Amino acid sequence: MSSYSSSARFDEARRVAIFGGTHGNEMSGVTLVNLWVKNGSEIQRKMVDTKPFITNPRAVEKCTRYVDTDLNRAFTPENLSALGEGDLPYEVQRAQEINRIFGPKGSPEAYDVIFDLHNTTSNMGCTLILESSKDYFNLQMMNYIKKAIDPASCLVLLNEHPLLKYSTSRSVAKHPVGLEVGPQPQGVLRSNIFEAMRVILKHALDFIELFNEGVEFPTCTVEVFRVLERIDYPRDANGNIIAMVHPNLQDGDWEPLNPGDPMFLTFDGKTLHYQGSGTIYPTFINEAAYYEKQQAFVTTRRETLVASAIRKA
Amino acid sequence: PLCCKPEKRGKVVCLPRLSRVAVCGGTHGNELSGVYLVRELLKAKDIVMEEEREEPASVLMVLANPRAMQQCRRYVDTDLNRCFTHATLNGPISDSAPYEMTRSRELNAMLGPKGSPGAVDLVCDLHNTTANMGLCLIAYSDCDWICLHIFKHLQRQMPDVPMRFIHFDVSSKESYSLDSVGKHGFAMEIGPQPHGVVRSNIYTAMKDGVQHMLDWVRLFNSGTIFEAGFVDVFTIVKNIDYPRDSETHNITATIHPQLQDRDFLLLHPDDALFQTFSGETLRYKGNEPLYPFFVNECAYYEKGIALSLARKRHVVVPAIRAQTEAERRRDQQGFASEEE
Repeated sequence: MSSYSSSARFDEARRVAIFGGTHGNEMSGVTLVNLWVKNGSEIQRKMVDTKPFITNPRAVEKCTRYVDTDLNRAFTPENLSALGEGDLPYEVQRAQEINRIFGPKGSPEAYDVIFDLHNTTSNMGCTLILESSKDYFNLQMMNYIKKAIDPASCLVLLNEHPLLKYSTSRSVAKHPVGLEVGPQPQGVLRSNIFEAMRVILKHALDFIELFNEGVEFPTCTVEVFRVLERIDYPRDANGNIIAMVHPNLQDGDWEPLNPGDPMFLTFDGKTLHYQGSGTIYPTFINEAAYYEKQQAFVTTRRETLVASAIRKA
Repeated sequence: PLCCKPEKRGKVVCLPRLSRVAVCGGTHGNELSGVYLVRELLKAKDIVMEEEREEPASVLMVLANPRAMQQCRRYVDTDLNRCFTHATLNGPISDSAPYEMTRSRELNAMLGPKGSPGAVDLVCDLHNTTANMGLCLIAYSDCDWICLHIFKHLQRQMPDVPMRFIHFDVSSKESYSLDSVGKHGFAMEIGPQPHGVVRSNIYTAMKDGVQHMLDWVRLFNSGTIFEAGFVDVFTIVKNIDYPRDSETHNITATIHPQLQDRDFLLLHPDDALFQTFSGETLRYKGNEPLYPFFVNECAYYEKGIALSLARKRHVVVPAIRAQTEAERRRDQQGFASEEE
């Protein structure tokens, strides 16, 4: 049952990019993008211009997360307008370059959609990362993907938190989509993780093709997990970590963590319990890259978002 | 080697006491169980020293590669755990030598010198792997009875932890790793754990493994006889690399889902090995069934190893005990009169 007046209109999503290697040791995205740069037939769709792109080639070459600074935190307004060219940290230079090619961020010339491919050591399965609860185009896409892969699951993480939100590579686009698949160690390529990411992208591109053909997507609801806060490891006076994620919590991404549940285990065997006031859903549990960012896991709460019907303008 | 003299059945082999033991962590700076465990043991040791407890054996705790640990990387310039060959330790060294080469000499001075009477009696070098290997002791010899008895002891004390003994058939002339610096030595390798992460179950297994090893050393030094038995030893036969693109040298396939995480489960000729990016299955073309391990170890991509393959053998382990003081003196006198 469609209604022309209540459908939100979006421009045709003609320019789409797929980013791999934003973190040079997250191998699924690096491998997929390299594959598609060589032979892009798998990612071609009618009326869509899909560009696969390695965002951090130096980090990829060294198989490291970043060279000077985390590229996926580098797209701040300050960095994007910074002067100094060759003196700037490598990733800041890269951010400016990416903003030139795929942006400018916030302008009408920016790419329509950017998929940014990531892996995590956390047991998150397939996760889509949303940056705005009002992006109905993205919500409809995520709803489409979830239905397409059912009974396999793909959860949606919403990071709209004013302080915890960060300036990602994909934020250059009008519709940024993060794709995080785990668990996979850094520097390792696991076939099941690789295939899962590939399948998600296939459905995402199918959605875009359908949308561009004029299909109307009726209003829908999407369950999301909204980021609340970051929880650090317990540390001593010198800042050294003194406890590990508790075995009960390890690998328990997306499962309820209740007040009083075990959370950390000190190196000498003492259990520390979750002291929050209510049940939360933890994720990014024990992600390798977050030790230095002071994050053992993030807490989320479950929410149902409504997306209006959408169709091409 | 002395340890491999054929022994009469039922005879107890007498070996020198292990008066100095080294436990090393952080040889690879991102293998975090060992890093955190040695840090904790160093803290605990400070407490013990304050209480002035007498240890029959002295235990040295060493953080082997502090610079790599600080950056949470495997190594800074070159893999430290390949820098302990006699050639590398004793050859010429320039001012611009890789950090790890300088460091290996420092460690050799501290724990060795390798091959000399002054070397520590036992080195236990702690490692993690991304491969699903459980707990493995890795040694250069399949007849070092100290290492094999430690393994048997760990098996008895930790029956819930999957445990294997891996033998790298490398002569002492060519041995290259930190554990080769001691008179006896082995690597304790535990996985699966991503690099840069500490998983509590893996940490706990390593902590227990080290504790039981040190308990065994104390028991051994106090004269306990350890009964004869058997150990299933996995001796490495070969490594298999990923299929690679001839021009770029990039890998063109991943470990097949039917092999992923199946370390130590027999691989038969024609079993699936790799899955190419276009979905094709590549199969194992060897003639004999072998045991895979280090399947999809992250650090081995650059070393050209997708997996290693081993043969399994039932090794007879004789009963052993520590030499008494009298036996040790007799041994030394005998040695002296040989010299005359």
